[in-house]
Amino acid sequence: MAQASKTEIRSQIELPFMEAIRISFQSLKIRFWRSMITTAGILLGIAFFVAVLSGSEITRVMTERQGSQAIVTSIDDAPTGEVSSQQIWLISMSLIVCVVGIANSMLMSVTERFREIGTMKCLGALNRFIVELFLLESGFQGLSGALFGALVGFISIMLLNLKDYGLDVFLGFPQYILRILAYMGIACVLGMILAIIGAAGPAYRAAQLPPAEAMRSDV
Amino acid sequence: MAEALVNNDVAVKTVGVIKEYQMGGTILRALKGVDVEIKRGEYISIMGPSGSGKSTLFNMIGALDRPSSGEVYIDDVNILELGPAEIAWLRCWKIGYIFQTFNLIPVMTALENVTLPMIFAGLSLSERKVKGMDLLQKVGLGERADHKPNELSGGQQQRVAIARSLANGPSIILADEPTGNLDLRTGRDIINILRDMNKNENVTIISATHDLKMLDVSDRVIYIRDGMVEQIKARADLQLEIGTIEGEED
Repeated sequence: MAQASKTEIRSQIELPFMEAIRISFQSLKIRFWRSMITTAGILLGIAFFVAVLSGSEITRVMTERQGSQAIVTSIDDAPTGEVSSQQIWLISMSLIVCVVGIANSMLMSVTERFREIGTMKCLGALNRFIVELFLLESGFQGLSGALFGALVGFISIMLLNLKDYGLDVFLGFPQYILRILAYMGIACVLGMILAIIGAAGPAYRAAQLPPAEAMRSDV
Repeated sequence: MAEALVNNDVAVKTVGVIKEYQMGGTILRALKGVDVEIKRGEYISIMGPSGSGKSTLFNMIGALDRPSSGEVYIDDVNILELGPAEIAWLRCWKIGYIFQTFNLIPVMTALENVTLPMIFAGLSLSERKVKGMDLLQKVGLGERADHKPNELSGGQQQRVAIARSLANGPSIILADEPTGNLDLRTGRDIINILRDMNKNENVTIISATHDLKMLDVSDRVIYIRDGMVEQIKARADLQLEIGTIEGEED
């Protein structure tokens, strides 16, 4: 009997990282507007986050500069430039809304692609490939949303401060820009992490389904 | 692909396969103990009315779902004993799947669809391109390689799906109503392609079907009713009046 030698079952199945990136990028491109909506949600949350932190920083620097000239400008909420507890609350709320928004759109995007997931598994994809693809997708969305969000947040807070301090606001530029850049960096990482957290649940659940079930539940 | 010369020539075997689904409070028995044995190189059709358990059996044979009890052997390996990675390997290398609804990945071109299983199998980009184009040419779609599924007709999509099922040279092809969504003529083309593969490359073909044209090329037909094998007939015993199709010119 040649039974044992004939059938050699192995377990080496692969999805090279570059291929995974290519596939998930392609998925995003093809669903461009849908992806844009998710990305916009992240963008707004991150823009808000950056705006609040940068606003406080600029206020702090400007108050210091003006303080030396003994002029007190009244910025109602945070004259000292400290991040107030109210602002922390606002930031956290915006980030939570962000995560819920992402989780919701990832849930939709996963659910409508059950058949695709089932098919991929039929072709030999491991569960973790499915998770990887979805996490990459959401990671891209998170990163791009956060990048633009950070820019939007920074630009809008600069415009607001331009209104309050006039062109003087640019005089303090060297003093606050480093810290603001750091905030923007943190925001980008945060946006990506939030997006990945939002996507992880739905992606993991979808990957667990046996292919037959995944393909049946999508009509 | 060339595995015709092995001693044991059973490609798929099921022993007492039972599948139950939990439907709310009640348990639905879709399969009530199915024993079938399919030989290497056979062309098998699984017939049965809707709800007979045909698709469930198809899923069991293809390692797409796990039976509640019983055993399923593919190439003498009990798939219930395999881990997830080994099952994935089996699906990638040993079995090619064809579906009624084609199930191509909509965002990928025909060529990318065909080469997707080759990515999992670890082929390089250039190897994939050559092999993928080769397969597309084999099913007559060489010029459509760069088209997305929604730019192809139903018959063309199914041919892409066939090319994809052949990507890693499987020994078994499972086709779930492959002609179900196609018109007569296109359906016949698909059947011819499958039959050629069966004859020329000794690929075992297992197909769930309602299509009488399909029965005409099958070696054996397994009739499923009510979750059990009702009867198994060899082609010689089938009384079909559609004998003209096989020899017809396209």
